[in-house]
Amino acid sequence: MKKDYLYLFVDFISKLTSKENKTYFFSGIILFLLLAPFIFSAYKVQLSFMLILILLAMTWDVQGGQMGYNTFGNILFFGVGMYLCASIQIGMFFPLAEWTESGGEKTFVHSTDQYFQGLFVGLIFAGLIPPIIAGLIGYGILGLRGHYFAICTLGLGIAAGELAGGIELIGAGQGMTTPPFPKGLGSLELRSQVFYFLCLALLVFTFITLRWLYSTRFGLVLNAIRDNEDKAEAMGIYTMRYKISGWMISAFFVGIAGGLVGNIVGYIEPIEVAFDGREMGVFMVLMTILGGKGTLWGPIIGATAFHIFKESFWSMFLGWQYVALGVLIIVIVIYFPEGIMGYLREKYPEKFGEAVDEKDRKAQVTLN
Amino acid sequence: MDFLIFQSPYLLFQASMDGILLGILFALIAYGMALQWGVMNIINIAQGELVIMGGYIAYFMYTAGIHPAFGVIVSPIIMYFVGVGLYKLVINKVVDRDLFISILATFGISILTMQLMNFAFGADVVVAQSDFGTLMLFDNKVTLPVSKLFSAGVAIIFAIILVLYMKKSKLGRAIRATAQNARAAKILGVDTEKVYASTFGINAALCGVAGACVAITFTLHPYVGLPYTVRSFMIVIVAGLGNLPGVALSGMALGLFEEYADYLLGTEFRIASVFFLLVLILIYRRFKLARTREYLK
Amino acid sequence: MKNLKKIITTLFAGALLTLGLTSCDSEKKADNVIKLGAAVSLTGKYSTNGEHTKNGYNFAADRINEMGGINVGGKKYKFEIVYYDDESNSKRAAQLVERLIKQDKVQFMLGPYSSGLTKAVAPVTEENKVPMVEANGASRSLFTKGYKYLFAVLSPANQYLEVAIDLAVEKNGGKPVNIAMAFEQDAFSQDVRLGILDAAKRTGSKIVIDDKLPKELNDMAATLVKVKQAKPDVLVVSGHSKGALTAIRQISEMKVDVPMLAMTHCDASKLAKQHGKKSEYALCAAQWHKSLTYKDKYFGDGLRYDKEFTAKYGYAPPYQAAESSAALLVYKDAFERAGSLDRQKVRDALATTEMQTFYGNIKFGSGGQNVAKPMVLFQVSCDGDNCQNKVVAPTKWASAKLVHPIPAWKDR
Repeated sequence: MKKDYLYLFVDFISKLTSKENKTYFFSGIILFLLLAPFIFSAYKVQLSFMLILILLAMTWDVQGGQMGYNTFGNILFFGVGMYLCASIQIGMFFPLAEWTESGGEKTFVHSTDQYFQGLFVGLIFAGLIPPIIAGLIGYGILGLRGHYFAICTLGLGIAAGELAGGIELIGAGQGMTTPPFPKGLGSLELRSQVFYFLCLALLVFTFITLRWLYSTRFGLVLNAIRDNEDKAEAMGIYTMRYKISGWMISAFFVGIAGGLVGNIVGYIEPIEVAFDGREMGVFMVLMTILGGKGTLWGPIIGATAFHIFKESFWSMFLGWQYVALGVLIIVIVIYFPEGIMGYLREKYPEKFGEAVDEKDRKAQVTLN
Repeated sequence: MDFLIFQSPYLLFQASMDGILLGILFALIAYGMALQWGVMNIINIAQGELVIMGGYIAYFMYTAGIHPAFGVIVSPIIMYFVGVGLYKLVINKVVDRDLFISILATFGISILTMQLMNFAFGADVVVAQSDFGTLMLFDNKVTLPVSKLFSAGVAIIFAIILVLYMKKSKLGRAIRATAQNARAAKILGVDTEKVYASTFGINAALCGVAGACVAITFTLHPYVGLPYTVRSFMIVIVAGLGNLPGVALSGMALGLFEEYADYLLGTEFRIASVFFLLVLILIYRRFKLARTREYLK
Repeated sequence: MKNLKKIITTLFAGALLTLGLTSCDSEKKADNVIKLGAAVSLTGKYSTNGEHTKNGYNFAADRINEMGGINVGGKKYKFEIVYYDDESNSKRAAQLVERLIKQDKVQFMLGPYSSGLTKAVAPVTEENKVPMVEANGASRSLFTKGYKYLFAVLSPANQYLEVAIDLAVEKNGGKPVNIAMAFEQDAFSQDVRLGILDAAKRTGSKIVIDDKLPKELNDMAATLVKVKQAKPDVLVVSGHSKGALTAIRQISEMKVDVPMLAMTHCDASKLAKQHGKKSEYALCAAQWHKSLTYKDKYFGDGLRYDKEFTAKYGYAPPYQAAESSAALLVYKDAFERAGSLDRQKVRDALATTEMQTFYGNIKFGSGGQNVAKPMVLFQVSCDGDNCQNKVVAPTKWASAKLVHPIPAWKDR
């Protein structure tokens, strides 16, 4: 009989992640991620972006995979977080209007204290305001179903980008530069390192939160909404509350992520950086689908694979990269809609499938 | 807010005409979008790219010496086959699936086509000259480029042809039957595969016509397809699915709205306001439906 | 179906693995090569000019290599340029520049196309202390940040159409004029606008219409209707290639009469060729024109550059290509004066550049901008359907006289 190598590989992975070895597995990953910026020093910024993408895919999955609401609008929170963080970083110490005037001609320099204070406060607000926005508009927007919801959120994202392009205070079409990292603080690498670890910290926090969330009743309700919202309502669940809470949680993480990315890139442009519909909107969705919607690890695997694939191809296929990407998207969507995790689940249900608690099973009443 | 347009009736007329003519052209593209959405449950993100492709056909006719206005005949013919080809290659695997999947698959087609067009046609922004001149009204206070009137006229003619075709012809009736209930239609002997392929082909043809109009009215570039996609599905959403005559009306209404927003709020908020309108309409609809659901409870 | 899935999965996994691994390798440095990095817009909305930029860079690099390369401290070197496609996206450009510096280990950088992308990229090169000679980012805000490693061969954006306003005032007998303007909402166009605002303030002229054009400019009819109402003395439009083409088309369609029409990107969009007689009398800002009499030993003068570029690439070089070529000439000069490839030494040598190229005189000010080269204005003049661009200002290099005011449409 032929050896099923995939099975062996998968078996190995599942042994790693089993209850006994789980702590080793997770600490191994954390250790690797902590050391990565030093081992792969030239790839720090790329890794930071990959961590952010994983975060975005995971938070998208809260709506898209777990709840069944395909949103193209999380980018709204991303951009708002980005602009807010940068505005506060600048506005706390210098007049914002003058900073952005004439496309940023005047220069002000932050001292080290000012820089980090600004960053800290900025990130806090980037985490606070987007959930508030989600809460306010949630009632109207989350009432829409299916593709209307998707299109409405898409409209929101684009409108926000265009709107930001018209507001003079934040630079309008000319964009806004974020405060430069204080000079003379250390090696050149320090800036990338600082932001890498901030991204890592945020991602770990997100992972822990979502993992805990999915194991609670909240997670079950989200899945119930996905499976059949009307039935869930009929059973007495106030679905709207859960929908809005889920969106607010996503908004929190996405907003902070936006603030961080704004600082990493250094130059905020309304449509290309802050409210980047293509990258954030569509790719987020693709990554999650590639990895497997509705699972915890799916978005992570999908985002990682997608990012590595994309970055590698960009250099190979100069000028053809979007052709390759387009083909990849079509292939994923047609042949692998359930994604990697989904595929593995189908193949090896004992390892990855839904775990049914023995107690629950016995407690089920069988009608004979 | 700049109330310039209300200061003179000529200005108001000019703005309105600009808006309506623009809207009619977009409505044609929206027709195709509505057609495939209704029949095949597909939202085609690559719609704008099909328009641009159609436009390039007219452009190449122009560079070859043929008047680009004939593009409105040649372009749909070529684009029909492009559409059928695309269907057989990709779309047929996406048809009976989730609507969302179709969005992603057509997104893939869209970015692929953009780059292929960049290679095939070069990265220049191009225009096709129709030399149609301009209609001057009211002592030159109102100018209506004939190319825009031509585009609107062509759009209306093709819309009428389409409606008649759907009502009278065998294929048209088959399409409508499939739209109502695909399975029943199949049982009754309709070849749904052929229907789907034709529908997508017709959509591509409509985009071809619109593209030829775009070539003589605006500019062409491989990467300017997105605005057409976006406007067309906004029109379909506003009109409501299944409401084909509504598409024409909402197309004109959105065109008017966009033009007025340009004058009143300033050009930089033109697009933002249209999208906000879309969001508002969707939310309004949601609350209206919710009230209906309330009654059922 | 299952088998197909298996095949696709394995192929995909294999591809991922190999590509992931191979992209880790940084290229081995060949011994007598100076590696320059450039992220240019090969796709996206700037693809037209991104291509002009790339061709300009390549044309000059090839020419310098053919003519003996660069002599640094007695050793001969050749240029090698590594390109990435920034997709006309600023975030992408910044990422790619970081990649060029850190992973591909380029020694020096060439700039991207457009002010917006240069603004995104400059902080990265500055932080990594890598000298960048850029040829297509004209925004004044680039030069006020105290960047030490940024050098621009082109004249700053705000200078683009100031000359036009001065001309208009001159033709108006020294009296202030009424200006109508429409600008696209990106870094470059908005900077040109600032220049107009400065010129207006300087001459006491009034701005009667100040419109912004959305990025996906398809239709500027609304603005033109207002222009017809306001009857200004000058109409200024700047919106990259698409803006120029749309403007001429709609101005001719709507029969908008203005005494002076000033635009940017006329040659990059091949305006005279595409619109023919409709584009007649339009005034265009240019960084360079082939009829200017600057010279250097690599390309001779502008006319020769134009001829040889056209022979190699099949179209006449717009100034975007010319200024890109100039960047390579600047580097060669700096390397040879520095006598070394050390980044600091080269940076210092760049800062003291003072040379003439076929493109113009180059001398860098304290912020990195070129202070020795004025902008030129040319006017589209037509003989039947054959339209040419003729330089009309500054008068020192004019090859034709400015036609002002533009005859009304009904008289054309």
